[in-house]
This record gives sequence, C-alpha cells and structure tokens, in this order.
Amino acid sequence: MSFEIHVEKRLGDRAIGLDHASDAGLIALFGPSGAGKTSILNMVAGLLRPDRGRIVVEGQVLFDSEAGIDLPCERRRVGYIFQDVRLFPHKRVRANLLYGHDLIAAADRWIELEEVCAFLGIGHLLDRWPRMLSGGEAQRVAIGRALLAGPRLLLMDEPLSSLDAARRDEILTVIERIRDELRVPILYVTHDRAEIDRLGGEIVQIPLLSDPR
Amino acid sequence: MLTAEEWGIILLSLKVSLVAVALTLPVAFSLAWALARGRFPGKLVLDALVHLPLVVPPVVTGWLLLIAFGRNGPVGRLLEQWFGLIFMFRWTGAALAAAVMALPLMVRAIRLSIDAVDIRLEQASRTLGATPWHCFLSITLPLSLPGIVAGAMLGFARSLGEFGATISFVSNIPGETRTLPLAIYTALQVPGGETMVARLALISVLLSFAALIASELIVRRRRDERAYHVL
Repeated sequence: MSFEIHVEKRLGDRAIGLDHASDAGLIALFGPSGAGKTSILNMVAGLLRPDRGRIVVEGQVLFDSEAGIDLPCERRRVGYIFQDVRLFPHKRVRANLLYGHDLIAAADRWIELEEVCAFLGIGHLLDRWPRMLSGGEAQRVAIGRALLAGPRLLLMDEPLSSLDAARRDEILTVIERIRDELRVPILYVTHDRAEIDRLGGEIVQIPLLSDPR
Repeated sequence: MLTAEEWGIILLSLKVSLVAVALTLPVAFSLAWALARGRFPGKLVLDALVHLPLVVPPVVTGWLLLIAFGRNGPVGRLLEQWFGLIFMFRWTGAALAAAVMALPLMVRAIRLSIDAVDIRLEQASRTLGATPWHCFLSITLPLSLPGIVAGAMLGFARSLGEFGATISFVSNIPGETRTLPLAIYTALQVPGGETMVARLALISVLLSFAALIASELIVRRRRDERAYHVL
C-alpha cells in the first residue's frame, strides 16, 4: 500500500497544502484548527478541487493537475468518516450500510454486510433509524457504511470529537482493528495529541502555512 | 344532493386546478432548484420575476396573459399554430391563469425544502460512490419531498381559489371557465342566489380542507420517525 499526496489550494487568504508520500498503514495529520486539515481530506476525497497537485493511491492517479486528471468523487473509492457522522436520516441503518455497497461493482467489494456487522458489533441495529442511535453506535455504523463501499483508503476527520470518553476508547479500538486486521490504510485528522500517541503511525504536522497578518 | 350544475362546477374546478399544479410542479421545482443552488447572473431578476404574480394585482396578471396568450398575442398565436392550443375563453386558459398565480407559492415552498437539505449528506453520498444524479434521486429528492408536497398543496389551493386573473383573462363562461369562485361571484349577482352561494362556499371549504389533510397524510405515511409535516 502506498500513497502520494501533493496538493495546494488557496482559500481566501489561507494557503493550504500537503506534500507527503508514504506507505504507512496510518498517517495522522496533526495541526491547529484552521490549518486546513479537513480541506486536505476533502481534496483527497474529491469534494474540493486543489489548485495544483497530484494524488495517487495504490498506483491509481486520483488527481493530477498537470495531466488534467480529476477523478469524480464517486469513482475515487475513498471512504470518508466524518466528524459529524452524516448518516442518511431517511434510511434505516441497514439501508445506510448498503448504500455504497449497492453502488460499486461487485469486484470492488472486499467485505460483506454480515462481516461488517460482526466486526463492528452493529448487527442488532440494522432495523433502527439513525436518530435512534447513540453517538458511538452512529459512528460505528458510519464506519461500516464506508467499509462496505469497498474503499482503497479511509479518511477520518476527527471521528471521536462528538463522543464521550468511553465511546472514544471504543471507536479507537475499532480504528486500530481496521488498521491491523482489515489493513486498510487510514489518513487520520486530529488536533488531539493523545489520539496520535495511542494510534501511532506516521505523524504529519500541518502548520498554518500563511498567517493572515 | 348536488345538482348537475354544481357537479359540473366542481369537476371543472378540480380539472383546472389539477392540470395547473401538475404542469407547474416540474417548472416550480426547476426554478426552486436554480434559486436555491444556482449561481448565475440575473438570479435576483429571476427571483423577482417568479414572485411577480404574488404582488401584482391578479387582474393585471390576467390582462398581461390576455396580451401574451390571446389569439393575436405573440405567444398565443405561435402555440395555436404549432400545437393547436387555444387559451382564450377555454378551460385551458383558466388552468394557465391558475398555474401562473400558483407558481410563486410553489417555488417558495420547494425552495425552502431544498435549502433545508444538508449538503454534507450529499457529499457523504458522493464519497460512497453515488453519481450526482443518483445522489439527487436517493438523498436530495426524498429529503425535500415534504416541501414538494406542501408546494403542490399550496398551489392546488391557490388554483382552486383563483379569481381575478381568470376572469380578466378567459372571462366567466359556464361549463368552460366558470370555476367555483367565479360561480360564487355569479350567484351573488343573481337575486335569490344566496342558497347557491352558501352551497358553493361550503364545497370550496371542504375541497381545500380535504387537500390539506391529504397532503399531510402523504407526508406522514413515510415512517422514518422524522418530523415531516406539511401543516
């Protein structure tokens, strides 16, 4: 597994960028708020277009400004775990989980619903509506939904921020198991040093590139 | 219970209103989408144009329709040549007047519901492999459905009550353009027409009430425990 991310973007008076290549299983993007960590994830996911750069995951070029390549979001196969979870409120847990699974080619799937339920312990939640889930349950469903879409890479944007201490530990354990057992590479964004110390992996500091002043 | 004349008036009113709403709905949705999500020059002007029938006296709207869609009007003449479509003194003209008057209400209701759809959910759908079109069908459209139903309901009620634009555009012709409000107005002009007025007024209230209840039930039928309401 390898990835190479080189992106630059100017948003208002802020310059946001990352230039990093790695084959580590987990890379933690660490830096103060406003440094553009989420914007970097959005650029990898295809939700935000970089001004310049090149993004390659496992030899597949997702974006290359010089070669004029810009794969649309839905064809990047990049799983995104959001800070604010974003389960679809009008679909039950089962339909949420299978949303991406049903959209991708069978050959691109590498995990099935039963395995995900067992792995995350969410089998008993399948018939619930998202609003009937606790914070930890909702985040586990969101992780399951991303895994079922057969991602090559997982993006995690402060996935613990909406959880209490006990739930944090539970989700951290899940993330460690995704890294070690499923071996999906993870790009992990946080501003919390403790999470990085626990998860290990490669640490990339995202500084505030240009001070507005 | 109801006389043949009353049934005729009711059926004509329903036909005019249903056709007006059915034809306006896609137009209203497109306009609402453009106003909610679009970024283009002249958006403010478009917004104002859509809302014009809400603020202009209905009689003026009817007169403008008469100029544009009359048999010698620029639009009316072409529609008659190309499609054999005639609006003057026909129920189709009443439907057109109702549609134009209902449009701003429908656009407003639908636009609000599109604005209320969380774009972050659409982003999540895209990262899961949904094309923009599939994302629209599976996320945006179902989440904005209450507003679409509310918009259709408002449009239907507005069409059912349409008076000023209709009477100045297509006149008051029994069996062709004499919808409920026009029939009530006509009955008011006739000595001893009070009974007729009362009966038609009651029918109007019942029809509008039934439309309200029906639209609320349509939205509530979705059992996903979210608070969806038209009322």
